[in-house]
Amino acid sequence: MKNKLSFKMDVRAYTLIFALIAIFVIFALMTNGDFVSSRNLANLSRQMTVIGLLAVGMTLIIVAGHIDLSVGSLLGLTGGIAAILQVWYGWSTFPVIVVTILAGILLGMWQGWWVAYKGVPAFIVTLGGMMIFRGILLGISGGQTIAPMNDSFRVIGQAYLPYVIGYALVAAFIIFTFISAFKKRQKRKKLDLALNSVYVDYGIAAASSLAILFLVYMLSRYQGVPVPLLILLVVAAVFIFISKNTTFGRHIYAIGGNSEAAKLSGINSKRNVMSVFILMGGLAAIGGIVLTSRLNAGTVGAGQMYELDAIAAVVIGGTSLMGGVGTIVGSILGALIMASIDNGMSMMNVAPFWQYIVKGLILILAVYLDISSKKK
Amino acid sequence: MAILEMKNITKEFPGVKALNNVTFKVERGEIHSLCGENGAGKSTLMKVLSGVYPHGTYEGDILIEGKEQQFAEIKDSELAGVTIIYQELALVQEMSIAENIFLNNEPKKAGIINWEEMYKEANQWLTKIGLHIESNLKISSLGVGQQQLVEIAKALAKNAEIIIMDEPTAALAEGEVEILIEILEQLREDGITVIYISHKLKEVMRISDKVTVLRDGESIATKDIKEITENDIISLMVGRELNDLFPYVNNIIEEKVMEVKDFSFILQQAKKEVTSGINFELKKGEVLGIGGLMGAGRTELAMSLFGGYEGTMKGSISIDGKDYSIKGPKEAIKAGLAYVSEDRKKFGLVLGMDVTKNTTMASLNQVSSLSFLNHEKEIIETENYNSKMRVKTPSLETKVLTLSGGNQQKVVLSKWLMSGPKILILDEPTRGIDVGAKQEIYKLINELTAQGVAIIMISSELPELLGMSDRILVMAENRITGELTREEANQESILKLATGGEINEK
Repeated sequence: MKNKLSFKMDVRAYTLIFALIAIFVIFALMTNGDFVSSRNLANLSRQMTVIGLLAVGMTLIIVAGHIDLSVGSLLGLTGGIAAILQVWYGWSTFPVIVVTILAGILLGMWQGWWVAYKGVPAFIVTLGGMMIFRGILLGISGGQTIAPMNDSFRVIGQAYLPYVIGYALVAAFIIFTFISAFKKRQKRKKLDLALNSVYVDYGIAAASSLAILFLVYMLSRYQGVPVPLLILLVVAAVFIFISKNTTFGRHIYAIGGNSEAAKLSGINSKRNVMSVFILMGGLAAIGGIVLTSRLNAGTVGAGQMYELDAIAAVVIGGTSLMGGVGTIVGSILGALIMASIDNGMSMMNVAPFWQYIVKGLILILAVYLDISSKKK
Repeated sequence: MAILEMKNITKEFPGVKALNNVTFKVERGEIHSLCGENGAGKSTLMKVLSGVYPHGTYEGDILIEGKEQQFAEIKDSELAGVTIIYQELALVQEMSIAENIFLNNEPKKAGIINWEEMYKEANQWLTKIGLHIESNLKISSLGVGQQQLVEIAKALAKNAEIIIMDEPTAALAEGEVEILIEILEQLREDGITVIYISHKLKEVMRISDKVTVLRDGESIATKDIKEITENDIISLMVGRELNDLFPYVNNIIEEKVMEVKDFSFILQQAKKEVTSGINFELKKGEVLGIGGLMGAGRTELAMSLFGGYEGTMKGSISIDGKDYSIKGPKEAIKAGLAYVSEDRKKFGLVLGMDVTKNTTMASLNQVSSLSFLNHEKEIIETENYNSKMRVKTPSLETKVLTLSGGNQQKVVLSKWLMSGPKILILDEPTRGIDVGAKQEIYKLINELTAQGVAIIMISSELPELLGMSDRILVMAENRITGELTREEANQESILKLATGGEINEK
């Protein structure tokens, strides 16, 4: 079965990249280049980390056909737990991290149980979770800001990688990208599947290598690659792998695409849905740790409205709220777009209310473009 | 003058000529059947006629009573008297019959809905089509057959002169088909024109005045029904003679593969018995047909055996001598069962996923180790089943959404063959697919039984049931009302058993 899909690209992914480039160019012009300065790129990448982490988990939740409105509160609560354990009880950093992530997992499991086994709609369960977790945070913190964290804890959200490690990772990335492009082409050739032209496949590999190299170069001109950015990239890579290359990932897409057909194919949708909420809880906790580390404090308001930013990032990234369709890469790009708008407009000294309005309009526009491109 | 004339209609999609210079002429008050294999262009032609594809997106002319029409949208064609009733009925389930009949057409007084008037008129339309129920009932409380009739009433209420029916009997049982046919004959007497699209040629022969055959987007012939036979239509449709529609072979091996004793299943949610006191045996290589009317409990029997429902079972089931207790589809698959549902879009496929992912869905353990997927193996396996089933698809990475019904059904079959079943339950395996694909499925049944796979085939199409089964169980009201050998079985004996119980005609 030979067929020629000569130059069929994932239009959506490229639209996102073009949009991102356009946003960067506009802000660079409006801020006399400050927006793309090394220092600001470092800032930007740290700012997008937390939403990015949430967006990774949210992608799976939405692909499975559900929603999680509680992630902002959950992130706040777990971040608060981390701060309390360290500041009030004097725990050292490592056990704090472990217990915080466990707490996130447990709370995620609790919500997943309601959704998967008790059949309460995720919207309701997580709306409840949003209030409950915020309430618990208020209760256990007594409304105070809890600070300061240990130096070792602050590394997570504030430190930078040494240049050598940064460049070594870039080299590893470039080698991996080209080898996997090569391997993929070999495999597809062998299996007689449609091949992109050589230029497209290696072009993409080259472009993404250059982009990463440029980014690391810019970041290294400041202080190096921020640790939280590395955390996000590692988490994203792991979850991209899970979504594409494991039966669990496949099950999630099948359940979201058609839960009845998935169930009748022997897929245990309850257990899988609960697993997705567990993963989301774990990721929210990692986000909470990063945020607490960056702020050097646990605060009562931490993570407020983050759930909406995360959902917006996922949707802008091309994930369908109907379930079954979506990619983590798209969501990360979506998170970057959202963070860029925040950051760029702040730099331009635009009043904060405008940021909300612009982000809201972009969300609507993105989904409209998606819908109208599908109609054709 | 012809009430409808479509002249030299050509409609192109990117890369495909769906209609090529089609001419279609219908006289007032006739039932005119439109036949052709899937993909022959029937639906496209009707979409052109009903304004789904607006004027300008196709070439050619549409004349209604000699006047040229340029429909920009569906509303325009309705105003001109053309109404289309789709296979997937377009009724709002949670609204009453009357509300559906007058949807967007509500009788109003000063802008406020006049409910009394609406129910009164709706009741009149229902009486006219022989449906003696109150129009304030919810659609969801009606059977598919009754819903079909409501669609007709809705069309009549819009003053439709030409009613297009797309596979109206696909979801109907034999008894309901009779009612529909009576109604259509009555409509003909009232001067309403019906364009009837159906794969069921027996019905076409029975009710049509004329038949037009399309093949590969071209109009092949329009004939008076009196001058044509069923076989003529088939050969016009496929462009070749089709003999031996049912290639029956006896492949029974005298070895029991499944035994069901006093099996009942109670739904957890409704606390309702969906199957009661079922007893049967199944041998290797046997095709066990299950006949009965819509709602007789055949699908429910299959679904409960396969673990598709949550609930509790009574009685006992053994597969290959081992006790089988119903837990869920996963366990059923492990025990060697496979279930091809009657509704492939709802229960069989994830439409947004590609051919490969759908094919391997029930057998991911075969193409993964430690739950890591082996994409290469996945594709090789899919390729293998694809060529075995002769699935026509542009590529293995094509979404099944875009495939034709017959090819979608083949993908579902591939999925279940890959799971390596001992017992394959086929629920209406050839519903809504064309003659050619049907025959391929029958051949597949023979190949499977030759390998010793036992097949339970639920079918509402009596010729198919009679043609392919070694033995036929007939169900009514969630029970088995009789068992017929291949020799004993005929249309009458099946219908008698199917209606033998106390059927409450509503």
